[in-house]
Amino acid sequence: MKIHEYQAKELFKTYNVPVPDGNVAFSVDEAKKTAATLSGFPVVVKAQIHAGGRGKGGGVKLASSMEELETLAGEILGMTLVTHQTGPEGKLVKKLLIEAGQEIKKELYLSLLVDRSTATVVIMASQDGGMDIEDVAANTPERIIKVHVDPLMGIQGYQLRQVGFGLDLPPAAMKQFSGLLSNLYKFFVANDCSLVEINPLILTRDDQVLALDAKVDFDSNALHRHKDLMALRDLDEEDPLEVEASKYNLNYINLDGNVGNIVNGAGLAMATMDIIKNAGATPANFMDVGGGASASQVENAFRIILADDKVKAVLINIFGGILRCDVFAQGVVDAARKTGINIPVVVRMEGTNVDKGKKILADAGLNLTSALDLSDAARKIAAAVH
Amino acid sequence: MSIFVDKDTKVLVQGITGNEGSFHARACMEYGTNIVAGVTPGKGGQKMDDVPVFNTVRQAVKETGATASLIFVPPPFGADAIMEAADAGVDLIVTITEGIPILDMVKVKNFLATKACRLIGPNCPGIITPGECKIGIMPGNIHKKGNIGVVSRSGTLTYEVVDQLTKLEMGQSTCIGIGGDPVNGTNFIDVLKAFQNDDETTGIVMVGEIGGSAEEEAAYFIKQNLTKPVVGFIAGLTAPPGRRMGHAGAIISGSSGTGAAKIAAFKDNGIHVCENLGQIGRICKEVF
Repeated sequence: MKIHEYQAKELFKTYNVPVPDGNVAFSVDEAKKTAATLSGFPVVVKAQIHAGGRGKGGGVKLASSMEELETLAGEILGMTLVTHQTGPEGKLVKKLLIEAGQEIKKELYLSLLVDRSTATVVIMASQDGGMDIEDVAANTPERIIKVHVDPLMGIQGYQLRQVGFGLDLPPAAMKQFSGLLSNLYKFFVANDCSLVEINPLILTRDDQVLALDAKVDFDSNALHRHKDLMALRDLDEEDPLEVEASKYNLNYINLDGNVGNIVNGAGLAMATMDIIKNAGATPANFMDVGGGASASQVENAFRIILADDKVKAVLINIFGGILRCDVFAQGVVDAARKTGINIPVVVRMEGTNVDKGKKILADAGLNLTSALDLSDAARKIAAAVH
Repeated sequence: MSIFVDKDTKVLVQGITGNEGSFHARACMEYGTNIVAGVTPGKGGQKMDDVPVFNTVRQAVKETGATASLIFVPPPFGADAIMEAADAGVDLIVTITEGIPILDMVKVKNFLATKACRLIGPNCPGIITPGECKIGIMPGNIHKKGNIGVVSRSGTLTYEVVDQLTKLEMGQSTCIGIGGDPVNGTNFIDVLKAFQNDDETTGIVMVGEIGGSAEEEAAYFIKQNLTKPVVGFIAGLTAPPGRRMGHAGAIISGSSGTGAAKIAAFKDNGIHVCENLGQIGRICKEVF
């Protein structure tokens, strides 16, 4: 689960990770009020959306006076911000972060994430702050410091020094940086983060380290033990159909093609998207109803996919294992009757009781096309949208 | 031979009195698996059908001599259940549970480093040696005894592959789902090594997906260490970056974990790549 920069910074403060003075604003008036509490100008106006690349997209501006702040806040609030992460449709800006401008001596990079292959929390740092860390990793990997923390031991003093000296911090900033990193690690572990990224972390003219940006992602699987964090979820930032699907435990991702698909199991669902693409069509979604989905889940999946205007045809691909094909077919028939289908639907079923399942579909008198196998299903669905 | 499990494996089921636990424990027993005990804290002394239920894994192991555990407990208690089994001296721990927090698994993995046991999963369908032993939730009837080893990060996708193999008369030595989570127990390389050393296995099918670099590492390992032919498949070539595709581990982060990179690693290391799932049975027939 992603949160906004202003929310991440509020959390940082509670862990004594220093951030610039500032506050969130939902209107121009609130922006002015916050600016008035800061120690003069310049003041930074930052659009709060979940996507990165806000600066390049025109969502981060520097105001040198109250008049300019008013103008900029008015411009950014309500704008549709397009960045490389939002897609071409962009995101509507509904809130701003108003912050005291800083005198920057140096921009650094700092992040914490879980390293899959070593099963540790890895700290990544670089003197090349403000840049895309992937580019740094690709072009100058020697400029990235990586420190793996043993989760049973926690972070050690030598590891803090390894990062701090690696960043070539001045002696005056070293103690403060060690505190910051140690607290950030505590924050990461205590809140089940999957990513904490500060880009840039800055060294100010007077040798203070400060998180100028904050990106935090929580492990959705651990939210059950962080009820307080659930309140930080911003549904405005999510696709409405995806929000709807999440209510029924359906793994659904809205994509930009026109072939809807319903599949049981995540791996098979990914492979089905690939098959659609191979056949010359484009998937409109990823939809995994679960390895052993119930009839009512199939019905909800159907409803959500048909609510998507882009969808011109639907491919249902089921491997009946524990969930028998006859039970599943009945679910499809019920769902189709209830929701009403006016676009082509191709059904490919395999596995336990497949013959019974096929008979149920054939006898239902619905406009469903049966596919012999995966290749046949791909051909039929591609033909349906062309 | 087969790998990790056979007809003599004695299995206990953690969470046997729950809906899923009891359903799948019965299905395993019907398949012929020797399920000797169940564990549900607070329900010790009861029975699930004829299977005795214990309060702790330690007690179950002591009374029944179980050497493998099949775990169905809910995700908040998953890590604890795995550690309990490991601490009780169970050799093989198969964890079906989906949704265990990643930092829990990070701790578990480091805890297990001090134990001699093997963990399969979590978030996996389990392991089956056709005709002998099924420790998991896969439909037993689609499998057939034979010489192809199957290893996969997925559930139903594996069933699809196995079904195609069986229909073309290619039976399986052992099929293992290593799970769709980012941090898991047994990895591709562990299984590949075991298949290489298993006389009964003559060919291997490896089913990967986007996210992480396990497939790339396995591909390199295959080139260095395997003499048996391998057919590889990768799911998620059309998946968008930055989105979790159902499995917690199936996510492209920036430029890492893409399907294209994995396919390229397969091809570079002599693995026979199947690009279209519908053809995997046919390709295996050609290669094996």
